[in-house]
Amino acid sequence: MTVAAAFFYLFSIIMLASAFMVIAARNPVHSVLFLILVFVNAAGLFILAGAEFLAMILVVVYVGAVAVLFLFVVMMLDVDFAELKQGFLQYLPLGALIGIVVAIELIMVLGGWTAAPGIKATNAPQITALSNTEALGLVLYTRHVYFFQAAGLVLLTAMIGAIVLTLHHKPGVKRQDISQQNARTREEAVEVRKVPSRTGV
Amino acid sequence: MEIGLTHYLIVAAILFTIGIAGIILNRKNIIIILMSVELILLSVNINLVAFSTFLGDLTGQVFSLFILTVAAAEAAIGLAILVTYFRNRGSIAVEDINMMKG
Repeated sequence: MTVAAAFFYLFSIIMLASAFMVIAARNPVHSVLFLILVFVNAAGLFILAGAEFLAMILVVVYVGAVAVLFLFVVMMLDVDFAELKQGFLQYLPLGALIGIVVAIELIMVLGGWTAAPGIKATNAPQITALSNTEALGLVLYTRHVYFFQAAGLVLLTAMIGAIVLTLHHKPGVKRQDISQQNARTREEAVEVRKVPSRTGV
Repeated sequence: MEIGLTHYLIVAAILFTIGIAGIILNRKNIIIILMSVELILLSVNINLVAFSTFLGDLTGQVFSLFILTVAAAEAAIGLAILVTYFRNRGSIAVEDINMMKG
């Protein structure tokens, strides 16, 4: 067993175990932390497969942004999670059944799938002079530039949508409004009272 | 033993299955459902990267990048909807969400 194979099994076993813990953990904060472990191990698998750029993106985007977003929401919302866990045992037989059926189907598809003998995949010549990131950049901004723009639009939509959904103005907050402040006159801003002596206001 | 394409595909298949089972098992907790969707998208990414590596074609990794983008956008929007729902209702019980339909 080579070192690469050993690392493959290490990463995949840890990844699958923590993926199971994501859906089985009692506390959602633990679920999010296990989700981070899943992403880190998936990044390890990507590095083993030779996709270093995607591995780094996975760590930066998922662990750095998405998982932290989940963590914020889980900790911000004050929810009784024990109550939400109620239906777990009730759905367990159905969930296990569907899960096992899907797993068997997928693995049977893989097991029954072999290339015809004599056929070789038409490998593009591996350009070793370029790093993975460089090669990805060369193809991303030329052949797939419209998809790249579309991805930007998706992110823009997500940003605007999230801001519109969560931003709300409280009515009682005092904000600075320059024109309103300049439009104040002496009559409405200053009130002169006659205070009788020795009694106070 | 050499690690081939099939190994990656089997790992991705098991991860996909765990995601599906997570959606069914945690029907009441929408946060776990969103995390399960992330697991499913990650398994698709592993498939794409494995095929991209073993066929020597970089397009799979480009697609994986776009799936990553969509997954991040989906998580942001989903959590924003969840926060708004919690602000209005005071709970995140999924079975009451159908009150939003007309």
